[in-house]
Amino acid sequence: MSSSTSPASHLRPVTAAEEAARPVPAIRIRNLVKSFGDLVAVDNVSLDIGQGEFFMIVGPSGCGKTTLLRILAGLEDATSGTIDVDVPAGSGRPENSMVFQGDSILPWMTVWQNAAYGLRMRNVPANTIKDVVSHYLDRTGLTRFAGYYPHQLSGGMRQRVAIARAFANDPQILLMDEPFSALDAQNKLLLQEELLHIWEEHKKTVVFITHSVDEAVLLGDRVMVMTAQPGWVKLLIDIPLARPRNIMELQGAPEYGDLVQRIWANLRDEVTRAREIAEGLGDPL
Amino acid sequence: MSSEQAAAPAPPRPAPAKRAAKGPGMSLPVRDRILSIASPLGLLLVWELAARFGFIDTRFFPAPSSIFVLLIQMLQSGELITHTMASLRRLFWGTLIGGVPALVLGVVMGLHRATRAIFDPLIAATYPIPKSSILPLALLIFGLGEPSKIFMVAIGVFFPVAINATTGVLEINKIYLDVGRNYKANRWNTFWTIALPGALPVIMTGFKLGIGIGLILIAVAEMIGAKSGLGYLIWSAWETFAVEQMYVGLFMIALIGFALTLALNELERFIIPWKVN
Repeated sequence: MSSSTSPASHLRPVTAAEEAARPVPAIRIRNLVKSFGDLVAVDNVSLDIGQGEFFMIVGPSGCGKTTLLRILAGLEDATSGTIDVDVPAGSGRPENSMVFQGDSILPWMTVWQNAAYGLRMRNVPANTIKDVVSHYLDRTGLTRFAGYYPHQLSGGMRQRVAIARAFANDPQILLMDEPFSALDAQNKLLLQEELLHIWEEHKKTVVFITHSVDEAVLLGDRVMVMTAQPGWVKLLIDIPLARPRNIMELQGAPEYGDLVQRIWANLRDEVTRAREIAEGLGDPL
Repeated sequence: MSSEQAAAPAPPRPAPAKRAAKGPGMSLPVRDRILSIASPLGLLLVWELAARFGFIDTRFFPAPSSIFVLLIQMLQSGELITHTMASLRRLFWGTLIGGVPALVLGVVMGLHRATRAIFDPLIAATYPIPKSSILPLALLIFGLGEPSKIFMVAIGVFFPVAINATTGVLEINKIYLDVGRNYKANRWNTFWTIALPGALPVIMTGFKLGIGIGLILIAVAEMIGAKSGLGYLIWSAWETFAVEQMYVGLFMIALIGFALTLALNELERFIIPWKVN
């Protein structure tokens, strides 16, 4: 989980022996580019995300962070570049599962059916589905609502179902696209805590997008600040806060404040620039 | 507005408008229900009186009571049941034969661009043809027997179901299709777990429209070259100038239409339990 904030580390060539000795990253992104016509959404991003790392991406709106995640999810094709996800052979586990921004649980399925969706799609035996789904419904406090339809639930509950669905599918990596952005402050706090709890169980590799610097520091092992148009990696910063984390306690800690300030200082320029681009004042880089 | 308020001594403050809009002691839904039962009964009463007192020509507009008497007689003789069942049977098979392929084609058109590109112009070109004008062709191809009647219903059901199924799938929020892709739903599962349920409310509307058109077409089709069915009943009444029998046929068709609407609404509630009313 080395931070590449210091450019000096890149100057010394890496020997083949060193390269081989490194642990295999969960995700290896190389020279990833995605453009829509003239607009370059993702510009030459290269990145290693470690096994079990909780990786956060922050950036201004429209900076291409969702595009990056959608490429990781296989919902969008990259213009060029490569992504390798380390999936142990024969595990039968899916490469990734996504928790989408906004309502994504299927309105015509009950909470139970939604949580079981990924498992059903890959023909997991019914007994296993039953055990796994029960477990994650329990972990998300949804057991009582297993037979409910989404329209009978609040926004927070619906997002819990989406999280249960993703975890139950047991993917190699979890992708989360601003999963809490539509929730009110209290619900957001609750769900962040619950997410950390569930994550502590298996410590899956997570790639989590947010526009909230607080959220990035509270949840992540490492935070990447992304620039707007074109989107590239401006800053990578380690979050050396101990786990398991208590969100309420953490928010009062001095090191938390320092990290938020450091990231925000970097992000502010980007947010300003993104706004200028949107208003037609500034030029893309 | 209400008599209750007018009689009461002037209140210190005006009563809320909502209260004033109500009749004395009657809720709006109850009042609506009474009105909607009273209006057809009232019409029948006016009709009956007008027929009895000679204000209307009973050769064209026989009194409802005489139509009702004939209806009972025809029920007892079993004649009416036979004709009604004949029409319903054709309606059923036509709906099935026209509706199921239309549903599959429509959903696939919604999911698959190329299929849409192929069938869109064909549907757009054939849809505006009045279906009743195809009847001679149907008789030519299928003969005077059952197949031509069933074909007419099928063609009436086909278009609204196919068009609605395509629209229904295209209107599904893209995020649900993304969910299907991300969770590795294959084509079969995408059809069954996302496209079909997502489009089902719109497809149901298509079936309601289609069955309504099917009912029109079956009546028309049975008037020519049929020996049973409500359309035949009406047509033979014209040939023998049995006007009351004509009205019995019309009444049964209206009743079937009404009953089917109720049944489809119930069915909808049963197969679309997630629909928010």
